[in-house]
Amino acid sequence: MVEKTVDKLRVAGVEARTAEGRRGWYLADREGLLGTLFLAPAVIYIVALVGIPFFLAIAFSLSDVTVGNTSLDFVGLDNFRSVTRTPQFVRALRNSFFFTIGAQIIVIILANVLAVIMSRDFRGKWLARFLIILPWAAPISLGTIGWLWILDSKFSPIDWVLVQAGLLGPGSIFGPGRNMLYLSKENLAIASTIMVHVWRVLPLATVILMAGMTSIPQDLLDQAEVDGASFWRTHFQVVLPLVMPIMAIALLFGLIFTFSDMVVAFVLTRGGPVYYTQVLPLWAWFKGISGGSLSEGAAVALFMFPVLLAVAILILRSARRQEVT
Amino acid sequence: MAFVEIKGLRKEFGDVKAVNGVDMGIEEGEFVVILGPSGCGKTTLMRMIAGLEKPTEGEIIINGRTVTELPPRAREIAMVFQSYALYPHMSIFDNISFPLRARKQPKGEIKEKVEWAAGILGIERLLERRPRQLSGGERQRVALARALVKEPAVMLLDEPLSNLDAKLRASARDELQRFQRDLGITTIFVTHDQIEAMGLGDRIAVMNAGRVRQMGTPQEIYDDPADTFVATFLGSPPMNLVEQNGIFVGFRPESFLPAQVVGNGGPVQVFPYEVGRVENLGSDRLLYGTIGGGEQNRTIAKLPSTVPLAIEPGERYDFVVHADNLRYFDKGTGQRLERQPA
Repeated sequence: MVEKTVDKLRVAGVEARTAEGRRGWYLADREGLLGTLFLAPAVIYIVALVGIPFFLAIAFSLSDVTVGNTSLDFVGLDNFRSVTRTPQFVRALRNSFFFTIGAQIIVIILANVLAVIMSRDFRGKWLARFLIILPWAAPISLGTIGWLWILDSKFSPIDWVLVQAGLLGPGSIFGPGRNMLYLSKENLAIASTIMVHVWRVLPLATVILMAGMTSIPQDLLDQAEVDGASFWRTHFQVVLPLVMPIMAIALLFGLIFTFSDMVVAFVLTRGGPVYYTQVLPLWAWFKGISGGSLSEGAAVALFMFPVLLAVAILILRSARRQEVT
Repeated sequence: MAFVEIKGLRKEFGDVKAVNGVDMGIEEGEFVVILGPSGCGKTTLMRMIAGLEKPTEGEIIINGRTVTELPPRAREIAMVFQSYALYPHMSIFDNISFPLRARKQPKGEIKEKVEWAAGILGIERLLERRPRQLSGGERQRVALARALVKEPAVMLLDEPLSNLDAKLRASARDELQRFQRDLGITTIFVTHDQIEAMGLGDRIAVMNAGRVRQMGTPQEIYDDPADTFVATFLGSPPMNLVEQNGIFVGFRPESFLPAQVVGNGGPVQVFPYEVGRVENLGSDRLLYGTIGGGEQNRTIAKLPSTVPLAIEPGERYDFVVHADNLRYFDKGTGQRLERQPA
């Protein structure tokens, strides 16, 4: 009896709602449709701006398409064969790995140092934070142009400081010349490129690590102190293992940003001297866009894909495994 | 000289006086409970003893050595936090051995000590596991074992039982006390739970607003509170305070009984008690009412179920308190008065 009344009330309620809802509420109540609608922009974005170009690149790399001849004639793996035979490609591949890994090692070390310093209280902390984040906020091309001037072969302010300090110039340890020629000597150009990458990625890594370190319960750090652990023991045996998952995220971003970046190499050295600082994305650009051989450019660019994919999968998996509960 | 001596200890955070002049002496092997409401400064006091906070003023002496300026590792103390603060990424063995590894003790010795501590707490079979695979009670034992391996002069416990469920808490309390008695480690235990304090402490220090209001055995604190704060903080329900002749008269709900059931055992004071509400808790009945109908004199009586007398809400009864059970407090300062002023 009671149940029947309740049922009647429920039916009446539903009827009242649908009658009114035919106009405004109808759409909002259909979760399936609504979900599709909300997801659509993201899906369209990924398909149009990531999916299509990706498959287009694969199609290009297997064809003989150039800027002048846009018909896609299948040529198999010819492009891959031809690009891998050039010394420029080999060097670019090696450099891409070397720059990326080298920069990340330095970034992880420096980000740890900075994050530890920034987790302490000191005067002017906000200014320090602001300065740390600044390279990230600056457009990468402008920042790199700044470095181009700092590393200028004639007017480098670093050289000027070295000369004033008596470290550079005739009879000093860095040799008789008054300029280091940072971007014109092989080793210095490589070091300079890595350093600019470090400058570029460090802010993000630091901020991510800082967030990770603040999320460690104070109790654990207090406990380590009571247990008599030194700073280094606490850092390496308590803090680092706990921020490892989040550090993996920072590393993932750093690896991908550096590995896929062509702006730094383009602005700083254009791959020079000779092709000693050439990297894959820049070489793909020189081949495909600048040189007009779209198919070869696509082939070079595709060499980055498995690396980026593997890195992403690896680090996301390790991040999940090491999650702290 | 006491084993742990605290002299004029003060701690200010900006304008806030967290600990405002604490003096305390703790004997070797004693179990002292620091009891107080949240924000009374008890945790700050403990953190200063541990060396995690620097006192603004005052001195801490442990085992004859002034440790005020020393870091925690040089103080011969161990601490168990409310959260247990187990290192989540380490095995239980590594957790317990962490303080020993920090001291760079030889491996064999570390293994021996960990097994000894694990044996005492009955957690030998958990040594390979991770903290997240353990129950609350097991985690607490691990935290205690980690404190124990250091063989500290003083063990500091910051509400270590409050994360356990009620049933477990009772048995953990019992175990903790036995464990402390067996090993004879001087222990300072911080809690806001009066039952824990009464049950565990050799002595209790009741704190409020950064000061120790009273320090004594559980019995002393309960029977002879030093002021109205201690009187109303301890006991459930707390001590009744009734205003009479410009002072507060205090008595425990369980000594406030109907005139009929009290025999002729010495002088009593009679109160006309108007019962407002009766709560039957099974073992006891709680009566909520007023004395003489005055709202400011709200009073609670606790009748054991052995008193079968029928009590009806809305009725007025004569209730009595033995003169021995009456306590007097100054109305202005709240301080205990030795006897009722004439």
